Amino acid sequence: MAFDTKTADVEERIEDGALLSGSAQFIDDLPFAVGTLHAAILRSPHAHASIVSIDSSRARALPGVAAVIDGTALAKVSEPLMVGVKIPIKCWPMAVDRARYVGEPVVVVLAEDRYVAEDALDLIEVTYTPLPPVIDPEAALDVNAYVLHEELETNLGSERTFRYGDPESAREAAPRCIAVKVRYPRNSCTPMETYGVLAEYDPHGTGYDVQANFQGPFSIHPVIARALKVPGSKLRLRTPPNSGGSFGVKQGVFPYIVLMAACARIAARPVKWIEDRLEHLTASVSATNRVVELQAAVEPDGRVTALFWDQIEDVGAYLRAPEPATLYRMHGNLCGAYDIANLSVRNRIVMTNKTPTGLNRGFGGPQIYFALERLMQRIAQELELDPLDVIRRNLISAFPYRTASGTTYDSGDYVRAFDVALNDGRYGELLSRRDQARAEGRLYGIGLTTAVEPSVSNMGYLSTALTPAQRAKSGPKNGALAAATISLDPVGSVTVQIDSVPQGQGHQTVAANLVSGVLGLCSKDVRVVAEFDTAKDAWSIAAGNYSSRFAASTLSAVQLAADRLRHRLSRIAAAQLNGRPEDIVFAGGRVHLNGNPEASISFARIASASHWAPGTLPDDMEPVVRETAIWSPEELAAPTGEDGINSSLCHSFIFDFCGVEIDAVSGQVRVDRYVTMHDCGRVLHAGMVEGQIRGAFAQAIGASLFEEFAYGPDGAFLAGTFADYPVPTVLEIPTLDILHIETPSPLTLTGAKGVGEGNCMSTPVCVANAVADALAPKCGAVDLVLPLTPARIAEFLDAEPAAPEGYQPAAPTTGKGLTGRGRAKVSASPQAIWDLLMDPEQLAAIIPGAHGVSRPSEDRFSADVTLGVGPVKGRYKVDVALSELDPPSSALLTGRAAGALGMGEGTGRVSLTALPDGGTEIAYEYDARVGGKVASVGGRLLDGAARIVIGQFFTALGRRAGGQRTLFARLFGWIGGGK
Amino acid sequence: MKPAPFDYLRAGTVQEAQAALAAEGEGARVIAGGQSLVAMLNMRLARPTLLVDVMHVAGGAEIRVERGQLVVPFAVRQAALLNRRDLLSEVPLLAAALPWVGHVQTRARGTVCGSVAHADPSAEIALALVALDGTVHLRGRRARRLPAAEFFTGMMQTAARPDEMIEAVSFPLSQEGTGHAFNEVGIRHGDFAIVSVAAIATGDRLRLAIGGVNDTPLVRDWSSLDDRQVDDALNDLAWSLDARDDLHATARYRRDLVRRLGRKTIKEARQCAA
Repeated sequence: MAFDTKTADVEERIEDGALLSGSAQFIDDLPFAVGTLHAAILRSPHAHASIVSIDSSRARALPGVAAVIDGTALAKVSEPLMVGVKIPIKCWPMAVDRARYVGEPVVVVLAEDRYVAEDALDLIEVTYTPLPPVIDPEAALDVNAYVLHEELETNLGSERTFRYGDPESAREAAPRCIAVKVRYPRNSCTPMETYGVLAEYDPHGTGYDVQANFQGPFSIHPVIARALKVPGSKLRLRTPPNSGGSFGVKQGVFPYIVLMAACARIAARPVKWIEDRLEHLTASVSATNRVVELQAAVEPDGRVTALFWDQIEDVGAYLRAPEPATLYRMHGNLCGAYDIANLSVRNRIVMTNKTPTGLNRGFGGPQIYFALERLMQRIAQELELDPLDVIRRNLISAFPYRTASGTTYDSGDYVRAFDVALNDGRYGELLSRRDQARAEGRLYGIGLTTAVEPSVSNMGYLSTALTPAQRAKSGPKNGALAAATISLDPVGSVTVQIDSVPQGQGHQTVAANLVSGVLGLCSKDVRVVAEFDTAKDAWSIAAGNYSSRFAASTLSAVQLAADRLRHRLSRIAAAQLNGRPEDIVFAGGRVHLNGNPEASISFARIASASHWAPGTLPDDMEPVVRETAIWSPEELAAPTGEDGINSSLCHSFIFDFCGVEIDAVSGQVRVDRYVTMHDCGRVLHAGMVEGQIRGAFAQAIGASLFEEFAYGPDGAFLAGTFADYPVPTVLEIPTLDILHIETPSPLTLTGAKGVGEGNCMSTPVCVANAVADALAPKCGAVDLVLPLTPARIAEFLDAEPAAPEGYQPAAPTTGKGLTGRGRAKVSASPQAIWDLLMDPEQLAAIIPGAHGVSRPSEDRFSADVTLGVGPVKGRYKVDVALSELDPPSSALLTGRAAGALGMGEGTGRVSLTALPDGGTEIAYEYDARVGGKVASVGGRLLDGAARIVIGQFFTALGRRAGGQRTLFARLFGWIGGGK
Repeated sequence: MKPAPFDYLRAGTVQEAQAALAAEGEGARVIAGGQSLVAMLNMRLARPTLLVDVMHVAGGAEIRVERGQLVVPFAVRQAALLNRRDLLSEVPLLAAALPWVGHVQTRARGTVCGSVAHADPSAEIALALVALDGTVHLRGRRARRLPAAEFFTGMMQTAARPDEMIEAVSFPLSQEGTGHAFNEVGIRHGDFAIVSVAAIATGDRLRLAIGGVNDTPLVRDWSSLDDRQVDDALNDLAWSLDARDDLHATARYRRDLVRRLGRKTIKEARQCAA
């Protein structure tokens, strides 16, 4: 029975009452067992370091602390997480012996409450030996690069090349080869609610019982069970009734499920852990950063005859499940919306000292389309063609379409979508706005992009990362099952169980609409249960909320179950109404024979008949109490021997264009107009489709202009707050015009395809193309890096006016870390100053906040110091080594500080020069790197803080050496570069 | 993200608050709106041993005009000052700058004096206070007043002693014939300024105050500056600042903003004065 989109359009969302009134229950609201312990996690401040020792004795002694668990203890009850490609690395959910990214868990404290647990973290002393950080993905592949995983002997986790058609011949035949090299940054869709886990372990047979706001895919369930060394039946995994957004990210809670479940087993108590925002930004998951070189063989009219992809995918410190899925999800549609028969691909996956990556809305799409659509614009620029013509000449025009790499595009009409969008007047308006702006000397540009948005992932696409021989050995993997159960209770009311684990999208509303339509009920009479329980529900590895699978896949299972149930109920009704089952009509909560609505029976009576009176059922009929349907799209086959892969079932189409202006004063990019044309097949609920598009667009504006999980060259994580990871607010989101055409998918029972991820794929490159177009009259073709911050744009604008005569920069520019230099005059001789600097007791009085200074050897000092600025204070252990001693003239200091707020290391050179008046000029230069929490949350203030602390030191030194106060008031102003 | 243990005192009078600060010493901290301090507590960046809450002291939220000054006591929320009916005529620079302070939500909680006490290098209120030659009223065992320029001594550092709280800040009322303008560039609406600029024009005289670049607001005065000289003057000013690279902006971009935003703001202030 067809789904009624007319009534669905006006349906209010079932979910909204609880969400908007604040009564919805999330993981942190759930009741937990008596005796539950609260976990807090000590995390590595180092990007790369050996763990030499962990002293947790003071933490264990703190009242309220029940257990302190490190990687060694974890390893006794668990196994490393499985790795998707067959390489010998050990991927633990908590560091064992070596930490490989900032934020990697090192110790878990379990205590009576979270406050005490965090107090205890401050008391744990971990001794690290820092190792060389490997941050840049290309540098990580260098033969001399330090290796993260010794067992692997390289940072290259996987390399595969693919060849479809005859790309080399196409390149030889083509008159032009045009290429781009792009870098896609790390970013995340940052759900409002962070991760949470409630874990229990029953040693008497039932095993682990875990509640977590996990989102799937449930192919992760066997990974968790194996890590916990139990069969899947002994790992019950449940999700809470509500989850505050995910966008893929909550797939990444799974290592914490393993970690907290193992902790519950070790402590023999239930454990609760709620991730905080700093932990989430630092160490949950993000999109992969990727370096792509993409080359096209091009005809003079812009027709592309072959594409050559060379991709380096940076998955962070561990190639952790489900990676390398980000790279391979798009493998079947690497040519996007274009009819290109020849394709060459080289995929390399590299590990670096960054947080492991995972699912994130758009999953692999933003990286692909940023390269592909920047290339299409470049082709137009180089051939001096209209970019519209380049797109049009390459668009796929007939469906179904088989891509070079083996995916079938189920349906579409790209040419019509393109024409409908262009003929609607908005594009012409953009052109005249650009003409007018340019005539006035303003920087205005137009960007275009197309994108094919895949949905309903083939669970076998990941095996494309293996060679055909490896695949043959491990057995084929494919498919994308969906499950739904419809139950009838003793009063004939209807409950639907779905396998899609929503996080606010409105799945319950749409499923209720569908089922009520089939059974002739009101949608409010249908209860849809979306919380997930692996111990009770029908599910498969494909269950969960990812690859935009709900409308196409889960709803197909719901449709199947509803149709089957209706068919069976029709038989019961037909028997009672003395008619044929095919003549039964379900409407208005009643059933009747077609043409005879007067003689009707209530739906509830038919639906409850099997409970109360199975004897009244027609002969040979089984009671009708529930119907579970498993829907399996047969088109999703395993990879072929030639590496062809039908990576997704459904393919939506997007065509975007926008106009942007670059502000002449600030360099900020302002999106003037943005139009997005979608074909997502059948639109089942117009309001929710619009919500999906607007939501993805907002997050894509963040990726385009604002957001990056930035790392320092030393691997320090620099974006630990929403001040440094600037998610756009409603004030930064431009208005959006949405257009639709509908070409229903023939492969889903609803005709729907995915719609939730498309703008995450298309919008960043569309905005970038517009910015490139705005800069083109001034700069020609430019290479752009996301996010397009005004400081980056400024580099393309006018050259900077020269500095006035005699200008001296405040700091040497090494391009990394904190640097500074300064001078101070002190009214004591160089020898007197030198003696002060070499005397621990004197230093204790000089170093700001020192609680004692010792000199374990001739050239080493150790101190326990409280350092800080204003109210921000932390206690650090400081070790300083002296070298290149030239008494009483100069010395090189190499130091390291470590404390609860993070760590720092650096070098400084101090030189003393005698002045004619008997005093001394002290000159210093320093170069420092800061890591850990203080770098993640306080980057904006670090430079100033370093100057203040150093200033305090020299002020105290001068005072100790006998200088005058007035002199030092002046001196204080000098520090930090003579301002 | 839970704070380390601390004691909390809800003060009933200024005397009680001051006595508690004096008794506790360095570990004490006044809490007013808490928009900066609570985040620092939760991240354990700040670990005060005692928080003295001054928001329940009688009279702390009453703005008054006194001897040509707009006096803003310690418990006045930023939103209350921004919503003051006559603010545009009394202190037009504040009326221009306050909408740039955080968001509607943070202004509803954050206080004017709290922002001054926090002394963030990007703070708009601090910039306006210095630009206008305002005064900080401190209350220790004795009361004392400091010119704003002397109050801010460094990034998040002030001349207030551990036993002192800010009792009020005062802004001179605007004079006839003076033009004010304020502009800012941040990453998003309500973010910390990458650069903020306040301009005050009176006849030929011109004052420019720059926030977000140096550790404290920087003020530059010119007795006259004609249109041809503006670019050179701003370029000199831009290079004289201690602009640095950080995650969000380069030193060069900050200098660009001083030049471009400075020019725009000077022009607006002069138009207002005319």
